Amino acid sequence: MESGQRFSLFRYAAPNVFYPLAGRLAPWFAAAAVGFTLIGLYLGFFVAPTDAVQGEVYRVIFIHVPAAWMSMFIYLIMAFWSAIGVVFNTRLSAMMTQALAPTGAMFCFVALWTGALWGRPTWGAYWVWDARLTSQLLLLFLYFGFMALTRAIEDPRRADKAGAILALVGAVNVPIIYFSVKWWNTLHQGASVSLTKAPSMATTMLMAMLVMALASWAYTIAVVLWRVRSLILERERHTDWVGEVLDAKGAQA
Amino acid sequence: MNWQSMSDFWSMGGAGFFVWGSYGVTFALIALELVVVLRRRKQVVHRLQRLRQAMKASARRKEIQE
Repeated sequence: MESGQRFSLFRYAAPNVFYPLAGRLAPWFAAAAVGFTLIGLYLGFFVAPTDAVQGEVYRVIFIHVPAAWMSMFIYLIMAFWSAIGVVFNTRLSAMMTQALAPTGAMFCFVALWTGALWGRPTWGAYWVWDARLTSQLLLLFLYFGFMALTRAIEDPRRADKAGAILALVGAVNVPIIYFSVKWWNTLHQGASVSLTKAPSMATTMLMAMLVMALASWAYTIAVVLWRVRSLILERERHTDWVGEVLDAKGAQA
Repeated sequence: MNWQSMSDFWSMGGAGFFVWGSYGVTFALIALELVVVLRRRKQVVHRLQRLRQAMKASARRKEIQE
């Protein structure tokens, strides 16, 4: 029984099985992303009250925090897939890692951008070299470095290896970002939400932020599944099943 | 209700530039990412289809020559 279960789990690691599955799942996650975004924006702008201290500018939080979380999660997921790829030598894991990187970089930039626009009216500066901001900027460079490295190496297997090493080593930066507000005396505030204590914000504000976080998860899954489908076709172009997919698409058109 | 009017909503208590600058750039980047991903998919499918047709054609030519 044990081996049967394991077989079914690894079955989806086969590109020819995962490719159609990704195509079927992506639209559902995209729809969920749109739904959560609309609910999140409604809660964020029409239900959540004006902040007593910051006024209206705090509403940047509904993008800023989910984007920052996402930028860290995505890097950790890339490190996870890289570890799987190194240990099990599965082809799909490296494709997943590469499909995740641009979206991670996008969210990382959004976190920095919205942080700058939030920092100016509240701290008086778009940017300070504070531990949180600096380590987040390093994360952006890690994303760019990963993308440049994997694209620069011609041989896909070597590119996968090099990318996996960078993803795994760079993952050390993620806990540094997360705990930077505790370890150093930062201008950036501490965590608004943590597992150990009650959230330090109004319930409606928290709800709006969590719904936007769900939206960014759903968006990430949808766009990464779409991106990985192109990568799978390119990487597996010499196989019979890709030939069949292409013929079927040609017949449709 | 937080807002008295549309203009009240857009001004965001004077922080309109910062709030809408955040939301605007974020949604523009998401739209851009989607366009890039979907266009990439079209290009990949198109290129691989042409490649496959060329390979099929050359295989057929070989068969005829033999």
